[in-house]
Amino acid sequence: MCGIIGVIDRTKARMDGSSIKKALSLMKERGSGEGAGYVAYGIYPDYPDCYAIHVFFDNLVEPKSKVDEVLQKWGRIVHQEEIPTYEQPCLKREHIPWRYFYRPYTEFIVGSNNPAEDIIKHLVMTVNSTIQGALIFSSGINLGVFKAAGWPEEVADFYRIEDYKGYIWLAHNRYPTNTPGWWGGAHPFNLLDWAVVHNGEITSYGTNRSYVESNGYKCTMSTDTEVVAYLFDLLGRRHGLPSEMIVEALAPQFWDEIDLLPEKEQKLKRTLRLTYGPALMNGPFAIVVATSKGIVGFTDRIKLRPLVVGENGSRLYISSEEAAIRVMDPEVKSIYMPRAGEPVVGRVVQ
Amino acid sequence: MTIDANGMHYTPLNKMIRQAVASGVREIVIDNVLGQRFIANGLRSNVRITINGVPGGDLGMFMSGPECIVRGDSEHAPGNTMDNGTIVIHGSAGDAVAHSMRGGRVFVRGDIGYRGGIHMKEYDQKRPVLAVGGTTHAFLGEYMAGGIIIVLGIGHEVAVKDRGIGSGIHGGEIILRGDIEDRLLGVGARKVIFTEDDLNRLSPLITEFCERIEVDPSQFLDTNYTRIIPASSRPFAGKYTWE
Repeated sequence: MCGIIGVIDRTKARMDGSSIKKALSLMKERGSGEGAGYVAYGIYPDYPDCYAIHVFFDNLVEPKSKVDEVLQKWGRIVHQEEIPTYEQPCLKREHIPWRYFYRPYTEFIVGSNNPAEDIIKHLVMTVNSTIQGALIFSSGINLGVFKAAGWPEEVADFYRIEDYKGYIWLAHNRYPTNTPGWWGGAHPFNLLDWAVVHNGEITSYGTNRSYVESNGYKCTMSTDTEVVAYLFDLLGRRHGLPSEMIVEALAPQFWDEIDLLPEKEQKLKRTLRLTYGPALMNGPFAIVVATSKGIVGFTDRIKLRPLVVGENGSRLYISSEEAAIRVMDPEVKSIYMPRAGEPVVGRVVQ
Repeated sequence: MTIDANGMHYTPLNKMIRQAVASGVREIVIDNVLGQRFIANGLRSNVRITINGVPGGDLGMFMSGPECIVRGDSEHAPGNTMDNGTIVIHGSAGDAVAHSMRGGRVFVRGDIGYRGGIHMKEYDQKRPVLAVGGTTHAFLGEYMAGGIIIVLGIGHEVAVKDRGIGSGIHGGEIILRGDIEDRLLGVGARKVIFTEDDLNRLSPLITEFCERIEVDPSQFLDTNYTRIIPASSRPFAGKYTWE
């Protein structure tokens, strides 16, 4: 059991983090104080073309000099600083959160449609799998993850998330079950533009992990949600599927339901299932994924985890509990429960 | 007695309710409820509790006797393992409504989520009822061992359009307004005709439910229902053991 909530303002009007902190705190009982986190899009307008790389350092000596070295090899550090944090009575400081604003040198590699993103992905995988005492947990442009092992309110106050303003926010309150609670294991999980919050378990983790690893990803955070972020990156960024289609590949309809569809749709859905068999996710889950262009929420096909949707004008909310939406937005207009496996999409309007 | 629950955690709120009931209060109104869990848990009393707002999960769990009236929606599992009493929800409710319920009534005016009435049970005179005015999602009455589920489908073309109705049912009955496609039945569930005898037996319950959710009962007092019951008394006898 975990608690998740996400919100998008489709007109890109920015909201500070105070209301999502209240919403996540309302779902306190869905966690166990061993992990909470937030991600916001649009928070670094001063660095609109830099990758914001958030790192947990165990100390600022060896791991940091190694990260500096590898980053400088591949690009230019435009600015760097410790992420401001504020001591909380019950939150033990296990790592030092640091951020780099970074521009990779794209002219050094060939054979890539998007060299900047491929370099950043390479850096994240390299740092996380080879540099002891450093973990990159956020690597997108104009977005940032803030997470730690603690209760929702403590983690929010540790980073003072009300000081950040974003047009998309996701938040997660963790109740670790299969893997230990630690800073890197808290959600959201992020790679490049993708961020994921997840309630449940991916019991097909082994199959999904082999699939993403055979495509050049490395799972280093000892938790199943990480693989969801990489699946979205692979299918969405590299294969170019729209979010509805990704959800269809990860949580497809049952064969007997596909049999009832018109022929053309059947053909598409069969092809998707056959092509992306190893990407199919089994087990109980409710997930919200964000990119700078929008958010998508969905559950497993037999709905073993809760998900509620609320709308109010340009705002779309997706949450584990209705009350969490209402505490964020007392004026919320419509509240409904999507069907199992049905993608709920909120896109930025240009 | 009136309680303002604005911003209050469920622990002090439930303590206040318990103290009030212990001191003889029989009518409680709670305003500004938003997400507080476990309201009226394990309460044994004939108190009436009016909840204005959206109560959190497990409203009335293990409760025996009280009446809870919710003016709003409800989160997951209201009536969880409830023993006796009544819950009336004037909005909609989340997943696993009336989960493992063993007695009393849960009335929902709007819709409910997945797995409504999962593992409801009955014994002797205790026969729990889950009645829904709107529609339900999949796996209604999953592993059901007893009791009655009624779904009227008000405002919907069909009462239930999701799969797995009565999946694993081995006791009790599910009564759905109108006809239901066979493919929506779960494993171990069987569809039978809703007879005049069934109507006579259930019309007091249908009338009571309609009155509680403030709709006219007369339009629902006919035999246009589908009755779903276990395929046999022990449909899964051979599932885990072989004879």
